[in-house]
Amino acid sequence: MATSPSISLAILGSGGAGALTTGDMLLETASAAGWHGLYTRTLGPQIRGGEAAGLLRLAVHPVECLPDQFDLLVGIDWLNAHRFGAEIKVGPQTLVISDPRGGDLPPMITESGARVVEVPMKDMAKAVPNGRPNMIALGIASRLLGFGSAEQVSAAITRRLAEKGAAAIEASLAGIKSGFGAAEGIAFGTQLAPPGANAARRWLLSGNEATGLGAIRGGVRFAAAYPITPATEVLEWLAPNLAKVGGTLLQAEDELAAINMIIGASYGGTPSLTATSGPGLSLMVEALGLATAAEIPIVVVDVMRGGPSTGIPTKSEQGDLNIAVYGMHGDAPHLVLAPQSVGDCVFTAQWATYLAETLQAPAIILSDQFMGQSRAAIARPADLAFIGARTMATEISGTYNRHAMATNGVSPMAIPGTRDGQYTADGLTHSERGTPTSGAADHLAQLDKRRDKLEQFDFGDHWASVEGAGDTAILTWGSLTGAAREAAGRAAADGIDIRIVAPRLLAPVQPRRLAAALAGVKRIMVVEQTHGGQFHKYLRAHYDLPAPVRAFNRPGPLPIGTGEIHRAITEWR
Amino acid sequence: MSGVATRSTAKPADYKSDVNAIWCPGCGDYHVLMSFTRAFAQLGLPPEQIVVVSGIGCSSRIPAYTNCYGFHGVHGRSLALAAGLKVTRPDLTVVVASGDGDGYSIGGNHFLHACRRNIDMTYVVMDNHIYGMTKGQPSPTTEPEFDTALAPGGTGVRPFHPLVVALASGANFIARCFSGEPNETANVLAEGIGHPGFSFIEILSPCVTFRPDERAWKERVHPAPVAETSDQGKAARRLMTDDGFNLGILYRGNRAPFQPAVSKSDIDLSELEKDFEL
Repeated sequence: MATSPSISLAILGSGGAGALTTGDMLLETASAAGWHGLYTRTLGPQIRGGEAAGLLRLAVHPVECLPDQFDLLVGIDWLNAHRFGAEIKVGPQTLVISDPRGGDLPPMITESGARVVEVPMKDMAKAVPNGRPNMIALGIASRLLGFGSAEQVSAAITRRLAEKGAAAIEASLAGIKSGFGAAEGIAFGTQLAPPGANAARRWLLSGNEATGLGAIRGGVRFAAAYPITPATEVLEWLAPNLAKVGGTLLQAEDELAAINMIIGASYGGTPSLTATSGPGLSLMVEALGLATAAEIPIVVVDVMRGGPSTGIPTKSEQGDLNIAVYGMHGDAPHLVLAPQSVGDCVFTAQWATYLAETLQAPAIILSDQFMGQSRAAIARPADLAFIGARTMATEISGTYNRHAMATNGVSPMAIPGTRDGQYTADGLTHSERGTPTSGAADHLAQLDKRRDKLEQFDFGDHWASVEGAGDTAILTWGSLTGAAREAAGRAAADGIDIRIVAPRLLAPVQPRRLAAALAGVKRIMVVEQTHGGQFHKYLRAHYDLPAPVRAFNRPGPLPIGTGEIHRAITEWR
Repeated sequence: MSGVATRSTAKPADYKSDVNAIWCPGCGDYHVLMSFTRAFAQLGLPPEQIVVVSGIGCSSRIPAYTNCYGFHGVHGRSLALAAGLKVTRPDLTVVVASGDGDGYSIGGNHFLHACRRNIDMTYVVMDNHIYGMTKGQPSPTTEPEFDTALAPGGTGVRPFHPLVVALASGANFIARCFSGEPNETANVLAEGIGHPGFSFIEILSPCVTFRPDERAWKERVHPAPVAETSDQGKAARRLMTDDGFNLGILYRGNRAPFQPAVSKSDIDLSELEKDFEL
């Protein structure tokens, strides 16, 4: 049979049908066999009931975005499918598996020209003792994707259902076998190419878990937590794992408390983090100013969702760029970083922690719902040397000036317990010693110090992903980088060479580095997921863009796909 | 800075910084500062082992006037900042200083949760029933009829009862002091610092500038006419019927403080990765 390097599958069902579990099982099975993958669960803000869909893409290569169009769509039922009309693209190449008793096919399918094959999943489930239709669907999908046997998913099932006992596992496996058998006669025309001889068992994790891991790798040992969708999993992953490494997590009464708790912990010498989303970041902004003024390193993760206000808590957007970069009162230089994929969340969180500690400044990490809550099968992220190492004052003789001018702007920090290092950390404008003052000279000196320590630091090559050498540049950031990269690959096939420039470091800005990255470009496409073009305006404010610019921006919740970026480039003549 | 203070030799002056204290002449907070340094000397704590955390307001200026470590943070959040510090550095003595605006209004929610959490720290609120730093607006403890520019003719709103709230929320030590009695206040502070868990000490500290009527507080305060208790029911009745001027330790609980166990584990971080390698 023909093989494909990448196959995508959407699985739909009304709440409780088990569609999401089915997707998890497929991803786990594929990752164990060495495929790469990305799995997004899409659902409304309800806890149970309503609509649910799992969007899965498996490939022989790293996967950082979903497809424009799904190769395979399995509908356990169609009761709430209309709510996904805009999100799940199907077309004439899509094979749809539908249960004749699952309700009417929605227009998104009937109008797409997709090929529909009916399989009576509900009836087949009834024929298996304690059978469930989603296990039939799992069997069908396993065969169509090209898994060797129904047994290949048994490890994932056994792990998932361990608590439910042998009978439940047995029933599920019987359902899977039934589905696997039924798929024999379905012509799909392709299957996943084998993962390759050297393919190792993949890591399976979400971007939010990856962020937690990166933070611990970077040295974070305290987190304060206030739950908010879609950031909570960062904190839930940290709770047990911080405890394993001698750290602590404290649940706060609100976001105001959370950020002040981490400032207190960091003042005491412990690298500290909190995680939130846009509404929470808004509440934290005042204390971010305090951390800037008092030069206390902290890390704040913002897993962005649709905004403003409560917005769309379960869907992705990049609309917090402005508040992250400009949100603070006064002139408050700080770090803003953005990971670019699930795997990059490990790196960026680790680097952010390292930078915050090194520069004694707050760092905001702008992740988003898409990469934060997607699970990915990836190669293990490399170990890095970026371990937070704060410059400390440990032996003090004479007067200790906490905020002393230093050539690199970073002054040694005494932590409580250090003899003769006593000082009062203060949000008031202060002298080098830390004593409050309203004098112009001290104010300017400390503003300069806090700016210069960030501007003079050498951030190295990690500041951005710069790939390709074409004279058409795509300037993008965050989780859109994967789709842009893939669009560049397609454009190359059309003979258009694209250069991808995606800053990972959004503040402090790096004008010389961006100028070098854009040298020789003839045109620039700015791609971002905002309504107001925040990234475009940010670029215009801080950088010389040396060529004509087109902006391609759209708000969430619809992801910006590879095909759209590709089309925008090819149509620009 | 001497930095050397032992139980036998510590003097209040060892805990006083060389920063000139600036409050209005006659402000009760001068005496509170004196009580702080006396209490620290009485306990013989090395100044570098003490952290005084505050928010914003007249009372919150106090950290810089001590020779301890200090944190003068944002308005209303001192208890949260102190909680993060204390759970990660249980070796330190943490004292939080606040006022009735900072602590009961903007910081009110943190007050409830700090009592509930019962972390081993001491919370001192210098209550003068007014916002002083912003020049005389009504605070949560201002009397309803007290006339101000912001609330002409009075707020008409019943004052907050911090001690009752503290008891109901789980504070483990509740006391009231008067700034005009610095020795007694120092003794209560030392008791509160020594008592495990969250100790709440309200210090009536007159604002002579915006509440000259509070000069009369020295006539109104009196020692609590009852012995201290660890019975919450008794304490509740006592506090609910309180005239606002009872001084002394009004409740001393025996709830174990909250301190998350921190493992001394030095496991390799690769242990954490096992979850990802299904």
